[in-house]
Amino acid sequence: MLTPNLVALLYLAAGVLFILALRGLSSPATSRRGNYSGMLGMAIAMGTTLAIANPQIPLTWYLIAGGLGVGGLIGAVTARRIPMTMMPELVAAFHSLVGLAAVFVAAAALYAPDSFGIGERGAIHFASLIEMSLGVAIGAITFTGSVIAFLKLSGRMSGKPIILPLRHVINLALFGLLVWLIYTFCLSGGAGWLFWAIALTAMLFGVLIIIPIGGADMPVVISMLNSYSGWAAAGIGFTLSNIALIVTGALVGSSGAILSYIMCKGMNRSFISVILGGFGGEVAGPAGGAEQKPVKLGSAEDAAYVMKNASRVIIVPGYGMAVAQAQHALREMADALKKAGVEVKYAIHPVAGRMPGHMNVLLAEANVPYDEVFELEDINSEMPQADVVYVIGANDVVNPAAETDKTSPIYGMPVLQAWKAGTVLFNKRSLASGYAGIDNPLFYNDNTVMVLGDAKKMTEEIVKALAH
Amino acid sequence: MLKTAGIGFLAAALVPAPAFAAGIGGAIEPVIYELMVFVMAIFVGYYVVWSVTPALHTPLMSVTNAISSVIVVGALLAVAVEHGGLDSFANFDGSLASKIFGLFALAMVAVNIFGAFLVTQRMLSMYKKKGDKR
Repeated sequence: MLTPNLVALLYLAAGVLFILALRGLSSPATSRRGNYSGMLGMAIAMGTTLAIANPQIPLTWYLIAGGLGVGGLIGAVTARRIPMTMMPELVAAFHSLVGLAAVFVAAAALYAPDSFGIGERGAIHFASLIEMSLGVAIGAITFTGSVIAFLKLSGRMSGKPIILPLRHVINLALFGLLVWLIYTFCLSGGAGWLFWAIALTAMLFGVLIIIPIGGADMPVVISMLNSYSGWAAAGIGFTLSNIALIVTGALVGSSGAILSYIMCKGMNRSFISVILGGFGGEVAGPAGGAEQKPVKLGSAEDAAYVMKNASRVIIVPGYGMAVAQAQHALREMADALKKAGVEVKYAIHPVAGRMPGHMNVLLAEANVPYDEVFELEDINSEMPQADVVYVIGANDVVNPAAETDKTSPIYGMPVLQAWKAGTVLFNKRSLASGYAGIDNPLFYNDNTVMVLGDAKKMTEEIVKALAH
Repeated sequence: MLKTAGIGFLAAALVPAPAFAAGIGGAIEPVIYELMVFVMAIFVGYYVVWSVTPALHTPLMSVTNAISSVIVVGALLAVAVEHGGLDSFANFDGSLASKIFGLFALAMVAVNIFGAFLVTQRMLSMYKKKGDKR
């Protein structure tokens, strides 16, 4: 039989193993071991809990086995089958599950408080009620917010921001209502109807704060929801006085917050302006005059010729590469170039793709070695030495207007200085502007050649041309 | 029981309780100890996450997702709520409700535990250095 001290130490051990899981991610070499310590921590936490819960009725064991089995099977199959391009929506879906689970665990504690050591029904300890209501409110926001994010990311819902009239007033009113409900709930000693009123209000709030945010701001949204899911877990951790849960909540909460900060900085947008939403859609931009200016157009053969005769090539992938699934063709192209004696590097902008680090995963999937992939601050100094920059499916992240044009909406955003290279090969489907609706002066530079066409098809044609 | 477990450990580890209590003129609420751990863990998280290489930010999100499913401890306790056998479910005292909510939570979190850890594993196995075996 486990003593209370031993139980607490085991939960602490689980918390420490979770810290090691994150610590391992400081380099790809240690990351796999880190993930194993995370799994071990989870096993310890679950084993300890089962030992102290010590169910007597066989039915309970069947329920536990059934729940774990069904859920685990769904999870395992999904993890094996999901294409890497769909990681953003998968992560959003997982966040929603954590959020809803937090709501249900809080509900369970509300209906059987004596089993959780937080008081009697209708007379739950005041502190526990505060913790519980915060957990359920944040959990419910995470749940519906993540569902909306999932729908937007998977294209089941338009990525365009949905702007309701008076939305700030509505949100403020809902928030006020939520605070009042929590206050009343805590004073009531744990009234059931108030609990569900909190949950429903928070769910509505979660929907309303995510629908006005445009598809391009999704990296911030998904990091933010990551953070929320952590705070919700911490709230439940306080309710259950569980150290493993409190530590994990704090880790996940701060992780998501830091990622949101990094994403905002990568777009030079304040967190507040992202939350207030409406970006990407209402900005018309001065794109109208774009068609008149002359651009140089090139074919796949031209591109292949230029790259073959270069000694240094830098590839800048963007979300368009992910959409077109061009990462494997891209790696073939890089292999062919390397065979011809060309040095190839990849440059990744922090907000390329739909979630933090999305491009790196896609390139890793296509067997691109991670030591050929560089972050913005590490590679910008090498741009002037590059003979060719091949921009594939990216646009705003190489826009020189961010550095030169003070009137541009993206002015001040850190960008990859592709224009400093000898030649810029710009692969795009058309001359249309990027998500921000901003014209890109790089299209019209003397040293820019536009290679128009689908990212995958064009890259495959370049590979073919390189073989000649 | 759980409550005492959490507090028991902290009181033992952090302070000789009577001396500490005497020092500040009274006993300390357990929630304060939990808050201490929480605040410290936020700082640990802050420094650990900044040390994560940007190339691994997607696995970071999926692994944080996986570990946040440690909320499973709450789900397991809820499923295991038993008030003197099956009979007590008939006169509704909340334990049935608790069990059902716990079961839902358990199934959902199980998706997460297995899904998020395994997909992280799958992603991390793709990161290779130049010259590594493919």
